[in-house]
Amino acid sequence: MDFRLSEEHLMVQKMVRDFVQKEVKPVIQEWDRKQEMAPFILPRMAELGILGINIPVRYGGQGFDYITLGLVCEELEAGDSPLRVVMSVHMGLNSMALLQWGTEEQKQKFLTPQAKGEKYACFGLTEPGAGSDVAGMKATARRDGDEYVLNGEKMWISLASKAHHALIVARTNPDAEPHDGLSAFIVELDRKGITTGDIHGKLGMRAGSTGYIAMQDVRVPVENRLGEEGEGFKIAMSCLDNGRYTVAAGATGLIRASLDASVKYSHERKAFNKEIGQFQLVQQKIAYMVQQYETSRLLYLKAGWMKNQGERNTRETSLAKWYATDASFDAASEAIQVHGAYGYSDEYDVERYLRNSKGGVIYEGTSEIHQLMQAGYALGYRKDAELRCELPAYDAEFWQS
Amino acid sequence: MKIAVFVKQVPDSAAKLSVDNGTVNWGDAPLVINPWDEYAVEAALQLAEKHNGEVAAISLGDENAKEALKHALAMGAASATLVSDPALAKADAAAAARVFAAAVQKLGGVDLAIFGKQAIDSDTGLAPAMTARVLGWPALSMVAAIPSLDAGSIKVERAIEEGRQIVEGKLPAVLSIVKDFAEPRYPSFMGIRKASKAEIPVWSLGDLGISAPDSKVSWAEISAPPARDVTSEMVTGANADEIAAKLADLIIAEGVL
Repeated sequence: MDFRLSEEHLMVQKMVRDFVQKEVKPVIQEWDRKQEMAPFILPRMAELGILGINIPVRYGGQGFDYITLGLVCEELEAGDSPLRVVMSVHMGLNSMALLQWGTEEQKQKFLTPQAKGEKYACFGLTEPGAGSDVAGMKATARRDGDEYVLNGEKMWISLASKAHHALIVARTNPDAEPHDGLSAFIVELDRKGITTGDIHGKLGMRAGSTGYIAMQDVRVPVENRLGEEGEGFKIAMSCLDNGRYTVAAGATGLIRASLDASVKYSHERKAFNKEIGQFQLVQQKIAYMVQQYETSRLLYLKAGWMKNQGERNTRETSLAKWYATDASFDAASEAIQVHGAYGYSDEYDVERYLRNSKGGVIYEGTSEIHQLMQAGYALGYRKDAELRCELPAYDAEFWQS
Repeated sequence: MKIAVFVKQVPDSAAKLSVDNGTVNWGDAPLVINPWDEYAVEAALQLAEKHNGEVAAISLGDENAKEALKHALAMGAASATLVSDPALAKADAAAAARVFAAAVQKLGGVDLAIFGKQAIDSDTGLAPAMTARVLGWPALSMVAAIPSLDAGSIKVERAIEEGRQIVEGKLPAVLSIVKDFAEPRYPSFMGIRKASKAEIPVWSLGDLGISAPDSKVSWAEISAPPARDVTSEMVTGANADEIAAKLADLIIAEGVL
């Protein structure tokens, strides 16, 4: 067993960290206050190649492995959570699904421009009345000759108003069992009948884009269907295996940011004639953050390693996501406590960390869903069925040629 | 056009330095490419891109210096070479300049040798001028822009205290670059892959065909600056105007203005 990251991993990590420190951190508070996504974020991430980091070079990506994706997400969320959200939806929930399930034509047509950053991508699963209960969705896709006609509304969709492509899951067979009647579609968001918009007044992720996609008689050609008809639920769940991985890695970055801010402040702030880091109850908070960071990191890196090996990792990714997001909420909350009254103000970053951290505990499977999954695995009630298309194992030669 | 760019591996500027038993210690702080040298690499790459040139990165140091070279490779340098020899462990700027000049000669055909304006560890800023002196080339220091460059000459804009000064020189020449030149690019992902796989050749003094140059300066004693007792006071008020007025009063009372 080798816990060391490769030189390549370390260099990517440093490069993304520098980008975040130089270009994002100085302005992020301002955009968070404005409740807008800074317009430079997506084009800059595209220009730097981040939007295609772990997609094979032949499909326009940078050809790095899945661990690199995790490291990138950790660095991005150490700056601000909405940056990592970009990777969750564009890469984890959409581009990796195309890599896993797409035909060669679909990879050329949709994945390649996404990996090059020429097109942005999002994922439409959640609806106003269907979150954890995915199979309860109302959106429909009716076959009409060589086309499908989509109707319905998707809600809480990150990058809804920024993306060019969305992976939409809708019901194609109302008579089938709820899980069996769903199908997935790659939908260009400039198609007639589509309306998108942003949701405002969010607790956190204020410098990010979260919105809705409304579809009224949207015609999509059959060749835009991802996978077979009726495979939508399986595809959606496999997307979550990848999206949750990015969330886990990002939450780890948020813990690190909370820890770093707390350590810095503990050295700077004095009370009773000594720096507050000297007090045992402050030390306890720091110690827990270290524990949470190291544990979360090991969990997501293990999931990343399994992805590299081509091993099914639904269980491990769920555990990493559950633990890291819960821990990030705790760490951010305790970071505010370390900062005292100043932590309660947006003069310091830690209050933003707390507001941002709550989202991760809810989306891509609430903590409660992950607890049910983990108990299900432990009790033997839950087993992962083999998929027709598994996420391909990382093969450096194939990825880089 | 062939451009040699010199990079140095130094402790991170955020490192907390201490002096232990006459040796500067930076704890477990990471070593990074000298920030000024990133500007030098950027300048070299821009010139190479514009004039169909090639950039060769060179560093003097131990194995750790390979990281600075890999950073330069990841930014886009075509090649990287480490100059390392136990006899150079305590080389000063004058000795290093002789080594740099020998490396430039060994590369052969170099039109421009480019440095950052100084290194953040020793902070002497002597290497560019001394290297130029050894080579017998013009030294164009503190370069903020290069308005023109052709096969035989170069015109540069120098950032000096009095303002900007435009000077011309003949090639080959040695330049030192300041941060006004351009913000250094990040390493590209493809560059990172190339750099991580690169085998970096090491030249010894023997490879350069020189013996260990004498150092003119030795460090007789090193001591950390005495810690300053700093007190801080948070200025508060009902609004920005009130805070500013209080702050101005404090500054005047302290005799700062």
